[in-house]
Amino acid sequence: MEYIIIVISAIFVNNIVLSKFLGICPFIGVSARIETSIGMSGAVMFVMTIATLVTYLIQTYLLDKLGIGFMQTITFILVIAFLVQLVEIILKKVSPSLYQALGIFLPLITTNCAVLGVALMSVQNNFNLMESVVFAIANSIGFGLALIIFAGLREHLELADVPEPFRGVPIAFVVAGLLAMAFMGFAGIV
Amino acid sequence: MNQIKNFTKGFIKENPVFVLFLGLCPVLGVTTSAINGIGMGLATTFVLVMSNFVVSLIKNFVPDKVRIPSFIVIIASFVTIVELTMQAYLPSLFEALGLFIPLIVVNCVVLGRAEAFASKNNIFSSIIDGLGIGLGFTFALFLLGSVREILGSGSIFNFKFIEGDGILIFILSPGAFIALGYLIVLVNKLKKKGA
Amino acid sequence: MERRLSMSNKESTLGNMVIALLVITFVASASLGGVYEITKEPIAAAKLAKKNSAISQVIPEFTNNPGDEEYKIPVDGDTLYFYPGRNGDQLIGTAIETFTGMGFTGKIKVMVGLLPDGTINDVAVLEHAETPGLGDKMERKKSDWSLQFQGKNPAEFKIAVTKDGGDIDAITASTISSRAFCDAVEKAYKAYMNNK
Repeated sequence: MEYIIIVISAIFVNNIVLSKFLGICPFIGVSARIETSIGMSGAVMFVMTIATLVTYLIQTYLLDKLGIGFMQTITFILVIAFLVQLVEIILKKVSPSLYQALGIFLPLITTNCAVLGVALMSVQNNFNLMESVVFAIANSIGFGLALIIFAGLREHLELADVPEPFRGVPIAFVVAGLLAMAFMGFAGIV
Repeated sequence: MNQIKNFTKGFIKENPVFVLFLGLCPVLGVTTSAINGIGMGLATTFVLVMSNFVVSLIKNFVPDKVRIPSFIVIIASFVTIVELTMQAYLPSLFEALGLFIPLIVVNCVVLGRAEAFASKNNIFSSIIDGLGIGLGFTFALFLLGSVREILGSGSIFNFKFIEGDGILIFILSPGAFIALGYLIVLVNKLKKKGA
Repeated sequence: MERRLSMSNKESTLGNMVIALLVITFVASASLGGVYEITKEPIAAAKLAKKNSAISQVIPEFTNNPGDEEYKIPVDGDTLYFYPGRNGDQLIGTAIETFTGMGFTGKIKVMVGLLPDGTINDVAVLEHAETPGLGDKMERKKSDWSLQFQGKNPAEFKIAVTKDGGDIDAITASTISSRAFCDAVEKAYKAYMNNK
C-alpha cells in the first residue's frame, strides 16, 4: 500500500478516535483545555511510534520465529508499560523541560488503548517495518487532531447555556458525535 | 461489607460506563447490535472476575512496587484465554468483536477494580465485586447496543420489525457518541429521582 | 515476619520483587501454553469448517476434497487460492479465495465459485470490516444483494457497479464497498481465465 494512502486514511477517513473508537478515555478525560490536549497528543505520538516499532520487531523476530503468537497480547502490553517507564526516566534526565510538559500524561498512556490498538492493527494488516512506523505516526496525528479540535469545541461549550442534565460529559459526547459526522465527510477520498 | 450492596452497586450507582465513564472504547466500538454488546460484556466480566480473584489471592505475596506490572500480567493472561477460547468455540462472535477482545487488557475498569478493590479485600468480596461491576458493564453495553440496533437497523437480536433500513446514522460512529450521551442524561435523571 | 491484614506484607526489596514477577510470569505463560494446546485444534477446525462451507456454497456438488488440491497464484502482491471441485474425474467448478484492498475500512476476502467456462456460480464473503448496516449487506445473511452475481458470465456481464459503467447494482449508500467487492470478483475471474 502506498504511504500517502495509509496517512490520509488513518488521519481523516478512519480516524482512530472518531471512527475506530480507540483512545476514548483521554479523548473525553483530558480535552477540557487546548494546552493539555496538545501535551497529551505529543506524549501519545512519542510512545505510539516507538511502541509500534518495538512491537513490530518483537512480533517478527521473536513471536513469529518461536511460533508463540498466542503470547502477543501479554508481551505487547508489557512492552508498552516498560517503554512508558523508560521514556519517563530518559526524558527526566535528558530534557527536563519536555518532561515537565509531557510528564503527567505519560503514566496515563499505558492504559490508552489507542497505543496497543495501533500496534495490534499493524500486525493484523501485515505491514512491513516502514509501513508500521508511518501508520503509527499517522494515527497519532489523527489522535492529536481529533483531541485538539475537540478541546477547542469544549472551551467554547463552557460559555454556552447547557440544560442541567446535559452538563459535562453527556454534552461532550453529543458534540463528539457531531464531530464524527463532520469527519464522515472525508469518506471516499482514498 | 454487605455482599448484596457490593453486587448491585455496579448497575446504577457505580456503573462503570454511565457514572464513572471508564472503559468506553469497547462501549462505543462494538455496540452496533444488542448481541455484540452482551458478548463483549460477558467476555469482560469473565476477565474481571478471574483477575479480581487471582489478585485478591496473591495480594499478600506481591511487593508493592511491582504490584501494577503483576496485575497487568494476570489480566493479560485471562484476556488471552478468552481470546483463544472464543476463537475456538465462538468464531463468528470473535470476528464481530475483533480488536476489542485483546483490548480488554487496557480496559481501565479491569485494572481499576484490581487496584482499588481486589488488592485490599478478601477473595469472596473481590469475586462478587468483579461480578457486579462486570454485569453492570454488560448491562450498559446491552442497553446501548439495543438502542442503536432498534433505531439503526430496525431490529432487535437480529429480529427485524421494519422493512428496509433504519436510521442508519445510529449504526455509524456519530450515532454511537450521540446515543451514549443521551443515555447518560437519562441515567443522570434517574439518579436524581432516586436520591 | 509480622503479618498485617491489609495490603502487601512483603517488603519491596529487589530480591522479593524479582521473585514475585518471575513466579507470576512463569505461571501465566505456563497456563497460556496449556490453553493454547487445548484450543489449537478447535481453532484450526473452526477455520477449516468456515472455508469448507464457503467452498461448498459457491460451487456445485463435488465428490473430491477441494482443500487437498489447493493451488496458488500470486496477484497484486498477494495470493489467490484455488480449490478445484470435481465430480469423479470431471472438473465441475473452482472455488477461488480472492481479496481486495479497496474496501471502505480495509481488506475484504471473498470466495468466488467459477464454473469451468468462467460463469460465476455463486459468491460468499469470508472476511470484511465494512460498516454494519451498510457495507455488510454484502453478507448473504444480511441481504440478498450478492445474489445478482449468480449465473453471470463476466465475459458478457461487466463486473462493476453501474456508476462505473458496469452491470452490478451497488448496495444503497455503499458504493465503495460494492466497488471493492466487484474488484475482488474481477480479480478471481481474470486470474482464472489467464491460467486456464
